Amino acid sequence: MSEHIVPVKNYVAVFLSLLILTALTTKVAYIDLGQTAIGKTHVIDWNTVAALVIAVLKMLLVVLFFMHVKYSPGLTRLVILAGFFWLAIMIALTLSDELSRGWTGTPQPWSLLVPVFHPFF
Amino acid sequence: MSTAVADIHEVPAGSRVNYLNASYGIKSWLFTTDHKRIALLYLASITFMFFVGGTAAVLMRIHLIEPSGALVQPETYNKLFSIHGIVMVFFFLVPSIPATLGNFLVPLMIGARDLAFPKLNLLSWYVYMVGAIFTLYAVISGGVDTGWTFYAPFSSLYSQTHVIAAALGVFITGFSSILTGLNFIVTIHKMRAPGMTWFRLPLFIWAMYATSVIFILGTPVIAITIFLLGLERLLHVGIFDPAVGGDPILFQHLFWFYSHPAVYIMILPAMGVISEVVTCFSKKRIFGYSIVAFSSMAIAVISFLVWGHHMFVTGQSVYAGLIFSVLSFLVAIPSAIKVFNWTSTLYKGSISYEAPMLYALGFIGLFTMGGLTGLFLASLATDVHLNGTYFIVAHFHYIMVGGAVMGYLGGIHFWWPKITGRLYPDAWARFAALVVFVGFNLTFFPQFMLGYLGMPRRYAVYPEEFQVLNVMSSAGASILGIGYLIPLIYLIWSMRYGPVAGPNPWGARGLEWEVPSPPPTENFEDIPVVTEEAYNYTGARQTLG
Amino acid sequence: MARTAAHSPALVHQFETKEQQHDAGSLGMWVFLATEIMFFGGVFMAYIVYRALHLEAFIQGSHFLDVTFGATNTAVLICSSLTMALAINAAQTGKSKSTIITFLVLTMLLGAAFLFIKFTFEWTHDWTEGLVPGLHFTYNGPHAPGVQLFFCFYFFMTGLHALHMFIGLGILATLTVMAYRGRFNAEYYAPLEVSGLYWHFVDIVWIFLFPLLYLIGGRYGGGH
Repeated sequence: MSEHIVPVKNYVAVFLSLLILTALTTKVAYIDLGQTAIGKTHVIDWNTVAALVIAVLKMLLVVLFFMHVKYSPGLTRLVILAGFFWLAIMIALTLSDELSRGWTGTPQPWSLLVPVFHPFF
Repeated sequence: MSTAVADIHEVPAGSRVNYLNASYGIKSWLFTTDHKRIALLYLASITFMFFVGGTAAVLMRIHLIEPSGALVQPETYNKLFSIHGIVMVFFFLVPSIPATLGNFLVPLMIGARDLAFPKLNLLSWYVYMVGAIFTLYAVISGGVDTGWTFYAPFSSLYSQTHVIAAALGVFITGFSSILTGLNFIVTIHKMRAPGMTWFRLPLFIWAMYATSVIFILGTPVIAITIFLLGLERLLHVGIFDPAVGGDPILFQHLFWFYSHPAVYIMILPAMGVISEVVTCFSKKRIFGYSIVAFSSMAIAVISFLVWGHHMFVTGQSVYAGLIFSVLSFLVAIPSAIKVFNWTSTLYKGSISYEAPMLYALGFIGLFTMGGLTGLFLASLATDVHLNGTYFIVAHFHYIMVGGAVMGYLGGIHFWWPKITGRLYPDAWARFAALVVFVGFNLTFFPQFMLGYLGMPRRYAVYPEEFQVLNVMSSAGASILGIGYLIPLIYLIWSMRYGPVAGPNPWGARGLEWEVPSPPPTENFEDIPVVTEEAYNYTGARQTLG
Repeated sequence: MARTAAHSPALVHQFETKEQQHDAGSLGMWVFLATEIMFFGGVFMAYIVYRALHLEAFIQGSHFLDVTFGATNTAVLICSSLTMALAINAAQTGKSKSTIITFLVLTMLLGAAFLFIKFTFEWTHDWTEGLVPGLHFTYNGPHAPGVQLFFCFYFFMTGLHALHMFIGLGILATLTVMAYRGRFNAEYYAPLEVSGLYWHFVDIVWIFLFPLLYLIGGRYGGGH
């Protein structure tokens, strides 16, 4: 397949967008966007969300335009998606352990249960 | 596509130019980029490492003849099982089939002249060797006693042995796997011959592809894990130390995220070999080609979802345990599907019992046993009882030795005539296969019983009532060892004195059987055009030279 | 297809066409980048876990980092990605080799500037402040163990990233020599493209490192 040649002005536009987003994420860090509680023990910190959303946008700009993925075959996208999907699996399943450790109480010593299990004396 | 009948008037191998005699001298081997020569370089290295790991096993089994230990101090015993595990897992099983049979066969089977990146292929062997040297240095200079699992914080803060050297060896060799996997993926995607569609590929190629996916996505994680471990050990910072807020179970998550899929790296290629051998020696098409192909991919994907089943009793959350338990049951399904497919392939086939087939049949039985016992371990309640015992040891040896090693030996025997241009003595080969089968079962079946009765693993001593079973296991190990030495002898013998082999001594289907034995350096005169489906066996037995 | 078909000199023997060779090279680099996603991903994951478990300590640690240097370095890397893309574009559009070399050298200078800022201003400052775990860590304010954990990750992650930058500089130097020898033109620029992918990937890692390390918990509390 013939290589798609991206016009220089597109590259410059992407470059400027990246700089603007960098300035934005830096500025936003100095503004308290607040937090929203979910459930009893967790909060969403909107500053973190904003920072991550901007980072993902920057990544997409680099990937699609600087790395030419917008013009690349489906196999390339599959490889990239596979990489991120596997990373997501690793993070999600590990966090499922790390964050749920405290959900079960501390086991009681069984000797405390003994009176319950001796109905005949 | 020409029929797979050898010409019995074939010019003897020695007088035709092939990849073995195309150039001479040590430099032509050490600087080769021919995938076939690189496969042989790997064959030599991993055979050596197999016997290093095997020696550790022999010493362990001698030691365990006596309940109070017959041979070594407990500290030394810890080093023996660690070295056995590290060498066997990382330096034998993981590279075994992919780096030897995979490297040799992938281009031939798809109709290419070489892999996509021949120089990266050679680099991968050198990287393997450097890693092996670091680990062997650790062995020679006093060993490592953390177990092959390197659990923190013992390995990072408390162990007094050569952890960094051994871990560095594993880290470096991991890059060898990554390069091999990368090479295979690109080759299989981009270099198939005209007409070689995905669903005409030999199932061995599907197995190599699935294995390569695991290489690519899993190996980097163990690399970073060892990197973090090394930094913690060198700098005495507490990344995994609970005293400073670290979490030792996080180490286990990172470690097992690779190491569970790693066991599928070890078994998938062997399954690929079995698909090739079973079809050839039943003279039948594989039953359910696409299901077997999809199962290989399913195993590769699901294998990444189950790692927590190694951590059920470590303090991992019960809720995570539930998720991992369910997913672990799921991963058994594609493996079981393959067993059904192989069995159905055998049904009403024209079966013959050459040595590769004996290994394949042994694989099917032993792998099934190993896989079924895995279900006891996937189930949370029974795992509480069985974890940390010899039941686990027996389970994984049934799969890795009864499965993967027998698949490896079956594959080596099956393609030996193609690789060397010589036939080995089949009577000795069948005898050795039986010795291996008997020795294997005598070694490891008693271990299921020992584990169920409660004997812990990685212990240098044990209660007296377990001695009979331990002695049986050690006796079996000596028979198994003999069973492994016999092929070493006759295979090497055959390279010089074995009868010359034609292109297709077994009457098998596949592009690799259409080229001379041994193949010329460039594999094919002209790139073949594929018009037939895979495993196009007619059922008729063809006897060939 | 007969083996004797004319092959252009840059075509290696295992491939049948230039296109196949180019595609294989690109796919190979993308597969390698997938391994890098998992490699960095492992340490990102550990970071995420510890941040969830020790948020206050991580915020405390993060406030020791200078946002100005972090943001400047981000901008420097973004510029270097632009110059890298322009180097490839120059080859694709048949520009002179001195144009290609100029962009490659600019990319290297920007990469070197990044490393200079990081080592000379940031890491040296952290050393003198006693914030280097294992080597010179003297902080014993609130959440000291967690802050040490934060700095472990700070140095590991930025160190790993810096290592990748050094390797990238080496690759760029090699490409510059190749460009000087006139190896690249509109027909053959695969090494540039493939190295560009690597360079952009290293940029993307930093795009995530900057907010995750420097901006945790925000700076509205009065951090500098």
